[in-house]
Amino acid sequence: MTIVTIIGVALFFIGLWGMLTQKNIIKIIIGFSIIDTGIHLIIVSIGYIKGRTAPILDAAVSRAEAIMRVVDPIPSALVLTAIVIGLAVTSLMLVYAVQMYKHKQSLDINDYEELKW
Amino acid sequence: MVKRFFILVMLILFGLMILPLLTGVPPATGLNPLAAKYVQDGPQELGAANLVTAIVVTYRGLDTLGEVAVLFIATAGVGFLLRRKKEHAESGTKRPASEILQTGTAFLMPLIFLFGVYIFVHGHLTPGGGFQGGVVIASGVLLLMLANTSARINQTLLHFVESLSGAFYVGIGILGLVLAAGFLDNRFLPLGHFGTLCSAGAIPVIYSLIGLKVGSELVGILENMRGDPL
Repeated sequence: MTIVTIIGVALFFIGLWGMLTQKNIIKIIIGFSIIDTGIHLIIVSIGYIKGRTAPILDAAVSRAEAIMRVVDPIPSALVLTAIVIGLAVTSLMLVYAVQMYKHKQSLDINDYEELKW
Repeated sequence: MVKRFFILVMLILFGLMILPLLTGVPPATGLNPLAAKYVQDGPQELGAANLVTAIVVTYRGLDTLGEVAVLFIATAGVGFLLRRKKEHAESGTKRPASEILQTGTAFLMPLIFLFGVYIFVHGHLTPGGGFQGGVVIASGVLLLMLANTSARINQTLLHFVESLSGAFYVGIGILGLVLAAGFLDNRFLPLGHFGTLCSAGAIPVIYSLIGLKVGSELVGILENMRGDPL
């Protein structure tokens, strides 16, 4: 458990709380983005090994001793994917928000009751 | 009140779900076998100094292809939902940007583009790669949009770049299937000298294509999202 994990979990809960309590659609989307960031931090922190360096080989980290000196590269690669997907999803959600505003001139989630039961 | 109670219950349940992650996972002391294999064999097999790039572009290249596809679908969705009604309200009333912004943009635009290209061409050597370089290029275009509010991005050129780079990406993947060991294998080009720009086989080519594709897609999103009169 590192400080990055704790920050990631904290961001996850801040974002979840924001998504559940806020009424404004834009704020809900911001909450989603905060959850996203928190999850990225958690994934990266899982791959971290204390005292090691980035998985890039150069003059400082030779190929022979790489296995003893670098952190796990797989979570980094996963987070790279997750960031791009998060960006795509966020942009799509913002566009939905724009379309909803055009439709009803309101960004309050309580004004959209079609799917409420 | 009831709603607050449910939100609290929800947060606590999520907390219980995540608790093992905080308390149950011992801090890693060494690489797990899969990561050890990538770190040990990656430089010899693929010739990439940046191991994350070796994983993203080659070992897990299929995931990256899927990721680019997701980005493409999101861009298509944005373009579909924000389709403009044929220039009905041209932004003639907008105040032009200030002299400082315009001059600064003219000075910075080429540098930002150059930096973006540098990032994605050096993706196999340094931190960075196609996605990051593409985002840097898109940020340069965003600066241009802020400075010159009436500038129109050439959509045809954008779609042309995007489709061509996507098609070449898949084409290179198939070349790897035919000439080397598998889909998106980078070894049909010579691996070159480890740690130089022209090394790691097809990885720089693939990452440059990804960079162009991501850059043009993000510019498309920006172009669709800006200044849409409600």
